[in-house]
Amino acid sequence: MNLATALDPGAEALVDTRLTAPGIRCAGCIGKIERDLPKFAGVASARVNLSAKRVLVRHAASVSDSDLVEAMRAIGFEAQAVSAGPLSADDAETKALLRALAVAGFGMMNIMLLSVSVWSGAGGATRELFHWLSAIIAVPVVAYSGQPFFKSALRALRHGRTNMDVPISIGVTLATGLSLFETVTWGEQAYFDGAVMLLFFLLAGRALDATMRGRTRAEIGALLSKMGRSASVVQPDGSAHRVPADLLEPGMLMLVAVGEALAADGVVEAGAGAIDNAMLTGESAPEAVGPGCPVHAGAINLLGPLQVRVTAAAGDTAIAHIAQLMDEAGQSRSRYVRIADRVSRLYAPVVHTLAALAFTGWMIAGAGWHQSLVIAIAVLIITCPCAMGLAVPAAQVVAAGALGRRGLLVKDGGALERLSEVDVALFDKTGTLTLGEPRPDLAGLTDAAKAVALALAQVSRHPLSRGLTAGLLAQGIVPAAVTEIAEVAGSGITGMFDGKPVALTSAPAGGSRLACELAIGGKRTMIEFRDELRPDVLETLAQLKAMGIESQIVSGDRAEAVASIAARLGIPGSGGISPQAKLALLEDLKAQGKRPLMVGDGLNDGPALAAAHASIAPGSASDLSQQAADAVSVGERLLPVALAVRAARRTMQIVRQNFGIAVLYNLCAVPLAVLGLVTPLIAAIAMSASSLIVIGNSLRLARAAR
Amino acid sequence: MSGLTYLIPIALGMGLIGLAAFFWAMRTGQYEDMEGAANRILIDDEDEL
Repeated sequence: MNLATALDPGAEALVDTRLTAPGIRCAGCIGKIERDLPKFAGVASARVNLSAKRVLVRHAASVSDSDLVEAMRAIGFEAQAVSAGPLSADDAETKALLRALAVAGFGMMNIMLLSVSVWSGAGGATRELFHWLSAIIAVPVVAYSGQPFFKSALRALRHGRTNMDVPISIGVTLATGLSLFETVTWGEQAYFDGAVMLLFFLLAGRALDATMRGRTRAEIGALLSKMGRSASVVQPDGSAHRVPADLLEPGMLMLVAVGEALAADGVVEAGAGAIDNAMLTGESAPEAVGPGCPVHAGAINLLGPLQVRVTAAAGDTAIAHIAQLMDEAGQSRSRYVRIADRVSRLYAPVVHTLAALAFTGWMIAGAGWHQSLVIAIAVLIITCPCAMGLAVPAAQVVAAGALGRRGLLVKDGGALERLSEVDVALFDKTGTLTLGEPRPDLAGLTDAAKAVALALAQVSRHPLSRGLTAGLLAQGIVPAAVTEIAEVAGSGITGMFDGKPVALTSAPAGGSRLACELAIGGKRTMIEFRDELRPDVLETLAQLKAMGIESQIVSGDRAEAVASIAARLGIPGSGGISPQAKLALLEDLKAQGKRPLMVGDGLNDGPALAAAHASIAPGSASDLSQQAADAVSVGERLLPVALAVRAARRTMQIVRQNFGIAVLYNLCAVPLAVLGLVTPLIAAIAMSASSLIVIGNSLRLARAAR
Repeated sequence: MSGLTYLIPIALGMGLIGLAAFFWAMRTGQYEDMEGAANRILIDDEDEL
């Protein structure tokens, strides 16, 4: 670890801060951050978590979050401070399951060692000794590893319901109890191995499921933090004061500097320029604003200082409404019942009835209560859903792994189940069907002109300038030696090159919206920008169609822009749709019995992503959209969307096969158990064999994402 | 039979050591960043160690 360089240990209390930095990709990034971040004053150490793309920074309490973000930017990483909240709860559950799994594995191996000797004929005193040893191992192991099941079963029973954990808990407890009784009374058969093995296989299924579950829902705090945290407010005496966002009130006058994010909704009173609304609408082109224009919290002021009269603040802003919509929209998804739960609702009563019938049957037939109980417990153990518990998670984990290697990260198993059911797809336009960043058409420029353009464009933070800079840098252009560079708010950048005045200005009014003009001396050249379609859009739509999924475009962008793209792709499209209207459209589709798949990136798609039956966000989407979506596709391609649906359907097919195998196994094993023919040896073989078959069948999905 | 009095405690003891090692690894966060661990060997840190 890189330890303090500029810090006197003990001089100040150290605190930990977590930063999320999506740009961390490789060993080089890890090395750079861990080596360079501690060089900043007050930072003691930094530790990168590559899987989570997070950095844990240990620093003096006097260093603020924004200082750290600034320090990260200085070494080349965009970062944002996050709270530890949502991740840690899931983590704790996974860890508890893994610990229980390790203990069960330890117990199973050792008890099996002893049981094998008993099965191979150890008798008399040796058998007694081994039974006692097994009991000493099994009882604490069951007490520890069984807890996840016991707790969940108790919870269900307390609410008057039953779930898969109820037969498991009863089976394990009874089997352990009966085996203890057998051990104490020097009996012949003990089922310790069966009970512990059952726990082991079931815990394996649970642990797989838990490790797959991603960071599900974000806190709304993450969204609100994107809003400006404070604003400069003009006081009655004319001086300006910083006021925190939640203390702003309608009627106040805010001074918004260039590059600052608005902290409240308002109307421009003075000043002119452009704002970047990408956060709110997902549209990349800046919107020109002047006196009288409404502006929203979260927008970034790009060109000149603005004076904005607050009309809505804190919880009343448009962005806060979106957050609220998203929260409500997500509720319907939490009501979705996963396939394992649906199966267990049928399964649990059947198992209990069978065991009870076996017990009463043997009692009536004249067997003693001891023998009847042994048979009833054998029925419970043999039917206990080992293979059932693995049927779903094993298949889903393998499929998610395969999709992950193809650039689609699936959040949890439920997401795959819902993805497999979709029958209509809704696409956002900007940033989803298109790349979401304007790319310049550089064909009309000479190399000298490109060099001048780069020199001018790189000083500005206007989105078109940034697009132009990126496009030129990608061609390996070196900036020309332009002097006296100045950015004139609202019009462009000027400078001197080779004794001639040069300028990069926004396109004259009336022309195409996405263009700028380069002037060198008297020569003027138009540079057009286009937001290109992703390269594989047509193929993706065709593949979806082949699977019976009709696509359409719903976008917040202008209707004409949407119509031209829709016509090119040959699918219906509608533009100018607000987040509320998207939500209404989804509800409408659901009411018709459809199961919509939403693919979108902007914050304005957030509520729709949360409300749709299933949703996918591109990797370039806003953080919140990524968190609301079921899956995130990395990279420039759209094809993973079609791939995801196909793999999800294949997964559900395998899951159903797995259930079929489990049922088939039960059909064979249950009659044996009811007839009292199941010995501990047979139970052990049957249980592990069915589990292995289910795992083997699931592994076939490793090639599902091809 | 007398061999068992040594062998069984040894077998159990070895299992317990493995279990304890796993618990330790888990508590100290060894499994938190598998991807990072795989990549860290590629960092060439020739400076101060």
